[in-house]
Amino acid sequence: MKKTLECLTPGEWGIVCGIEGEEEMKRRLLDLGFVSGTKVNCLHKSPLGDPMAFGVRGAVIALRSEDSKNIYIKQ
Amino acid sequence: MGLTKSSTGNSAIDTFTTKNFNENGIVVALAGNPNVGKSTVFNELTGMHQHTGNWPGKTVSGAVGECEYQGDNFTIVDLPGCYSLKAHSPEEEVARDFIEEGNPDAVVVVCDATCLERNLNLVLQTIEKTNKVVVCVNLLDEAEKKKIKIDFKKLESLLGVSVVGTSARQKKGLSELLFQIKKVSEISKGEPKEETEIKDIIKRAEEIAKQTIKFENEKYDERDRKFDRILTGKSGYPVMLLMLLAVFWLTIEGSNYLSGYLSDFLFKTEEWIYDGFSFIGVPYIICEILIHGAYRMLIWVVSVMLPPMAIFFPLFTLLEDLGYLPRVAFNLDKCFKKCSACGKQALTMCMGFGCNAAGVVGCRIIDSPRERLIAMITNNFVPCNGRFPTLISIISMFVITTASGVLQSLESALVLLLVIILGIIMTFLVSKILSVTVLKGVPSSFTLELPPYRRPQIAKVLVRSIFDRTLFVLGRAAAVAAPAGLIIWIMANVSVGESTLLSHMSTFLDPLGKFMGLDGVILMAFILGFPANETVIPIMLMAYLSQGVLTDTPSMSELKNILLSNGWDMVTAINVMLFSLMHWPCSTTLMTIRKESGSLKWTLASFAIPTVCGFLICVLVNGIFHIF
Repeated sequence: MKKTLECLTPGEWGIVCGIEGEEEMKRRLLDLGFVSGTKVNCLHKSPLGDPMAFGVRGAVIALRSEDSKNIYIKQ
Repeated sequence: MGLTKSSTGNSAIDTFTTKNFNENGIVVALAGNPNVGKSTVFNELTGMHQHTGNWPGKTVSGAVGECEYQGDNFTIVDLPGCYSLKAHSPEEEVARDFIEEGNPDAVVVVCDATCLERNLNLVLQTIEKTNKVVVCVNLLDEAEKKKIKIDFKKLESLLGVSVVGTSARQKKGLSELLFQIKKVSEISKGEPKEETEIKDIIKRAEEIAKQTIKFENEKYDERDRKFDRILTGKSGYPVMLLMLLAVFWLTIEGSNYLSGYLSDFLFKTEEWIYDGFSFIGVPYIICEILIHGAYRMLIWVVSVMLPPMAIFFPLFTLLEDLGYLPRVAFNLDKCFKKCSACGKQALTMCMGFGCNAAGVVGCRIIDSPRERLIAMITNNFVPCNGRFPTLISIISMFVITTASGVLQSLESALVLLLVIILGIIMTFLVSKILSVTVLKGVPSSFTLELPPYRRPQIAKVLVRSIFDRTLFVLGRAAAVAAPAGLIIWIMANVSVGESTLLSHMSTFLDPLGKFMGLDGVILMAFILGFPANETVIPIMLMAYLSQGVLTDTPSMSELKNILLSNGWDMVTAINVMLFSLMHWPCSTTLMTIRKESGSLKWTLASFAIPTVCGFLICVLVNGIFHIF
């Protein structure tokens, strides 16, 4: 079972190796910097657990779990 | 975006055309990611010479402004913030279309020096489309604090275009920017290059970043992360509530002082003017209408309504400038998702605290039309600036148990917080109901950027906002409240048959009012307060005075007596607060909804839904209290 961004907890990091999911969301994620080979840090969790904030290329982006589970990573 | 005089009230719905160009001027397109300080650059360059509004045919905000430098005229077009020119959101379409077809003489891409690598994506995409580019690396002051060093010369040679460093907030680098814009406008336009794939652009950005940006402090964002750990996570909600409480408490405490002084002074001026007018022979009737009618209404609004508005707004703007609002959206997103709405609704809801019209315009940040409608319709459940004074006055008069002083305002703030929480709960409830009935659909996905915290220039923001807000309220008081006062006076003194017009109207509305736990005068005040929510209580008071027992010029402390002698009790007070929270949007907001949604049907829905909720809840509360 491949690991996804959703599995990370604050403090952990991973390297993006692929994105699945709906076209438009994929494009948006690529534009924000989630391309293969990018190191992503898991930074914060919302009070109710979702969304989570990730550090990517110097910026902090919050993603819902249904989107972060489409971003595959290796550690 | 933000809450300013030009983004609230009627200005929220203007359209502008980019055809208002100075034909001889240099046309400059201002592009950039969101949160890079592009608006600051724009404002510093154009000052008062700007006009905000919509891009024609789209619900995307923009602005056009002018400035002059060394004899040249520049027309600056503020493009919507976007992350890319490739994707298909309306903002990105507008930006791309203007760069490709609008033929600007220069394109400035504004970047955040503390997040340059990500910004380079847009820079590289822009350079592909045109060679007439100037890269503006803004927020240099922030970069310096975080010990981020940028090699501008290297960056210029790697990108092949001019790069200017600025700190727009401190007004630094702007003349150099204009100088470079002028230079670039004179070079001949090259052919657009072939579009590269996003993956390759990002790789290239990464390489350029590696060679030009040095982070001398590895943990440069440590402070931001610390703040975020407190403001989100487990402590997220308590902190949010405490923040709101603090803002409310400051507002109430401050406006108590201000209101006292203002009303004492202004009522004296009323006397002077009245005496003055009579002295020079102005007819009695005119004196009465103008001074005891229009002017008195003005005084009520200025002394009772203005102080809370002038204090809350700036405080809120400070929070906004700090960067807190995206964290609120982050914390509340799951709740909105459960209601099948968009997390960004948290942001529009927050903007509604300042002005519901601005909140409705703010709904443009929501991509899905369905979710945008939900956000627009429910925006009114959050009381705007104009309704705060109503709530605060009634709380101060009726709901407080402690004597006075700091504790009293704290208690008022707590009650206000409870009312607001009720409004937020209603927002969730109605959003949920809408999305399972008439606005069915799946929640859309969303990404939210949490920008770095920026220390706001506190003094500057406070002064500008207080000034801004005061002007706005005074303007509205003169345009709306004074005429309303005139009308009330006429209605109270012109008789048809046995009683005055005022009596007729309030008696007519009385049964409905009483059913709701209010009365005819209160309902009438709400109806007449349609143009401006802050006039509801003044209208109410004037109506009571003109038909009631007390005929003398009352002071602030006697307000409660006026109400009590007109049949008010605790239940009335509670119901007035509930109805104030949940009733039809003001005229400006309604017009804005019409414009933004393009649909009469949904505008009517926005009118009906809060009203029906308010009606039902008032009837319920009234019923419950009268059973016991």
